[in-house]
Amino acid sequence: MIRFDSVSIRYGVDQEPVIRDINLELADGQLILVAGRTGSGKSTLLGAINGHVPHFTGGIVTGRVEVEGLDTAQHPPRDLAHVIGVVNQNPLAGFVTDIVEEELAYGMEQLGIDPQQMRTRVEETLDILGLADLRNRPLRTLSGGQQQRVAVGSVLATGVRVLVLDEPTSALDPVSSEEVLAALLRLVHDLGLTVIIAEHRLERVAGYADQMLLLDGRGGVTQGETRLIMEASSLVPPVVALGRIASFPEVPLSVRDARRMADPIRAALVTKDPGRFRRVPPAQGRSSVRLADPSLKPSGTQRLEAIESDGLTTKNVRIMYGHTCAVNNVSLSLPPGKITVIMGRNGSGKSSLLWALTGVQKMDSGRYSVDGIDLENKGPDKVRDLVRLVPQTACDLLYLSSVEEECQAADRESGCESGLCRQILDALAPQVDSRSHPRDLSQGQQLCLVLAIQLTARPHVILLDEPTRGLDYPAKASLAQILEEMAWEGRSVGVVTHDVEFAAEVADQIIVMAAGEVIQSGTAPEVLGTSALFAPQVAKVLYPERWLTAYQVGQALNLEDSHDDGVHDPRGYESEVSW
Amino acid sequence: MALRLLTPRSLHPGAWWAWAIGCAVVASRTTNPAILGLLISVVFLTVILRRGSAPWAMAFRLYVYLACFIVTIRILLRIVFSAQGPTVLFHLPTLTLPGILDSVRLFGPVSAEALLGAGISALQLAAMVVAIGAANALANPKRLLAAVPGALYEWGTVVVIALSIFPQLAESFGRVRRARQLRAETGKGAHLIKNVAMPVLSDGLDRSLVLAAAMDSRGYGRSMAVSVFSRRLTSVLLVVSSLALCVGAYGLLDTGFTPLWMGVPMVVFGLVAGLVGLRLSGRRVVRSRYRPDTMLAAEWLVLGSGVAACVGILILGIFQPMVAFPPVSPLGWPDVSILAIGTIVVLLLPAFMSPPAETPSTRVVENPHKSVGFLGADTQNGGFGLHHGENWGENPSISVTQHHNAMVLRGFSPLGVNSGEICVRGNDDSL
Repeated sequence: MIRFDSVSIRYGVDQEPVIRDINLELADGQLILVAGRTGSGKSTLLGAINGHVPHFTGGIVTGRVEVEGLDTAQHPPRDLAHVIGVVNQNPLAGFVTDIVEEELAYGMEQLGIDPQQMRTRVEETLDILGLADLRNRPLRTLSGGQQQRVAVGSVLATGVRVLVLDEPTSALDPVSSEEVLAALLRLVHDLGLTVIIAEHRLERVAGYADQMLLLDGRGGVTQGETRLIMEASSLVPPVVALGRIASFPEVPLSVRDARRMADPIRAALVTKDPGRFRRVPPAQGRSSVRLADPSLKPSGTQRLEAIESDGLTTKNVRIMYGHTCAVNNVSLSLPPGKITVIMGRNGSGKSSLLWALTGVQKMDSGRYSVDGIDLENKGPDKVRDLVRLVPQTACDLLYLSSVEEECQAADRESGCESGLCRQILDALAPQVDSRSHPRDLSQGQQLCLVLAIQLTARPHVILLDEPTRGLDYPAKASLAQILEEMAWEGRSVGVVTHDVEFAAEVADQIIVMAAGEVIQSGTAPEVLGTSALFAPQVAKVLYPERWLTAYQVGQALNLEDSHDDGVHDPRGYESEVSW
Repeated sequence: MALRLLTPRSLHPGAWWAWAIGCAVVASRTTNPAILGLLISVVFLTVILRRGSAPWAMAFRLYVYLACFIVTIRILLRIVFSAQGPTVLFHLPTLTLPGILDSVRLFGPVSAEALLGAGISALQLAAMVVAIGAANALANPKRLLAAVPGALYEWGTVVVIALSIFPQLAESFGRVRRARQLRAETGKGAHLIKNVAMPVLSDGLDRSLVLAAAMDSRGYGRSMAVSVFSRRLTSVLLVVSSLALCVGAYGLLDTGFTPLWMGVPMVVFGLVAGLVGLRLSGRRVVRSRYRPDTMLAAEWLVLGSGVAACVGILILGIFQPMVAFPPVSPLGWPDVSILAIGTIVVLLLPAFMSPPAETPSTRVVENPHKSVGFLGADTQNGGFGLHHGENWGENPSISVTQHHNAMVLRGFSPLGVNSGEICVRGNDDSL
């Protein structure tokens, strides 16, 4: 039992509270989903449960947080280690030892558990989480899903009854996150543990959650049964958005729920052609990426309004790491004005290919060209004028102490008049303060800053590696609009992502890679509409019709006007742009 | 019995360290090139037969490079700075330095005796370096830290964290440097360092904080309440003990003018004070150890061989000084006695009489019904396939043959006892 008794948390005397006077009672044996926008205090709330806030992070906590009868104000996290287990986003960062078995034992060693009992519990944990075959493996050689299961096991072994997980699947591919969630579900259902999980991609967890805590971003928390909270929530997974658009009798939480209620709309959609309807709402009330002021002109002679490009083509690209072939004989094209999404499991060669296209990663053989200019073996300096990449950890590109300095540096690097980068940034994310430190920005803002820096050079091809990591639904929607605009200006846009819902929104063309080879390529409805693994929720609900997003269905059903009372946007959130 | 002794497992790290120190002591107590040569071969053989596949085990060749470097430099220096002697091998033109250094003469005649003398002293040093390298290759450094007494546990943890943060720093350094190439360089030199150092350091800081938080929430640092008096007493005892040990070591090594009490009595006092201090502070720690390393027969055998070799070489030095320290001049083949050979053979025992290290393939033998899953799991990280391939190729006691639908592992011990043949069923997908 976890009890919050009129708890408020603030990080400074003069600051607004992140959590404001909340009262919660979390009963045992439930899967509890914590949802809310980025910066709404999810991590603070989770941290407060095991005393991480304020014992480790600082901050002022008023009220009383009680876990299994222990007051967290008097008990630092280490004294609660036998009651609560915490699992982070990046399991590797929290590992203390190198070997699976030793990692499982570490927590018990700290608690001074009897060696004989420790031996038994390690074996049990290995079996419960299906890790027995990995017991002697070095942690670094495990896949992301396996690592996350070890992290869960390492806290489980100490005998905790409550697991707190902060976005445990955000760094994993769809298969690995299924693996982790399945393990967690088993803990709730078979062992009766309480699991509290924060997650941005609600579609992954909502179907399983007994209860939901929804943070409103102003310090308040609503607690309730998942279905009831989803009814009124502004953050909803695609399947719930579809339910609203199609006025289902009750809120569907899973594809199975929705499919049972979807017969009428499936019938209504049979005669309609999905290709005629937009998949994302058009950008509203936001200045275009294109420049308003033509006097801000880069030193080159390119036109600012539109980019004329023939796109990027590769032929028989091969990349080897030692004896391992990362990319094998890949020929593809990123046509101008289109968004190409590259998908595939971790280690299938997607990122290697992107890095090779920037000239940083050397190709072992093959050719590639942009606008007919051969770029293979030209090195990053030559390629940079035409191709730009936003890497997975975008903040690796940021090193100065303020947003303003970063923007000025970007202008200098690209030889433009000053102000161009800032102008692009304003178009992407208007509220970014020039004086703030780049590392203090939210994930979405950081992404926008790096994107602005890379766009300042007016590249013809822009590539993004996993851009949706850590973004909530509205931030992803803004990103989708930004990508669409960049393509509309005439660029080739290439995106590597695991996020099928995002791919369903933006992709014109989809390329699926496995083991370094292209195994499938085609338009988004062709690839996503039929795949078992990559199908978005809406496509699964409306199978065999090839509809990809709830907005698209809404357009087709002409229902978008029925929501003009301002309560709900068809996609379930306010359409104003905010990060 | 032989089979049980030879079941693959990792030994207590202390045993290998005792053996390696024994090797180093032998190397320091003889100038007989034949004994030194045999010693180095024995160390090599042992490492090759008994090391595992872990990264630290692969670092052995670095020590070998260092040893080769020492020998080369030592001989070159001897040639440069006057290598005169009775048996001149060849002449080099003599160089006299100008100015006030005119008394220094370089090169000139090179004699066999000088080269031999330089070579032997270099060989001694090289043998010691190789012995320490062997200890590092054979014993897991983290297990060694884990074996330290409870009181020093916190120190051990600091080292463990440093060890795990370093590869991460290297990794983020590589990542950031690569990412920097995506953005045009805005400067060179110091600016460039800042470009890379800033993100790497803040990354390292973030990771350390995450690790610290993770350790904290997993119960690290829970301790019993202890009285202030007992805490102070512990600190005083530990400081006094380390001072006493320093003074005692000085007294033991310097046989000239130091009074007798500075030798053995001081060392004994230091040890006692230290042990009491560790015992006292160990009471604070509520911690248990998962699968602690224990000293079993094999460990005692390895440790014993090191100790026996030390005793052997000391006896050799006393009773057969011409064998232990043969004269360089006149030139001649060094004498070797039964005792000298015996000392080296004792050091060779662990190479054959101790259990081999665990490797992925030997674990399959240990746990046959799990093996298919294990091998299958291996294939999941394509990038590491190479790594395991190497293991199998390098480990001389295991051979793997793959039939169309089954994998057969044959393990045979170097003594010729066939430890069995296990056939592991599996379909082609999982292998």
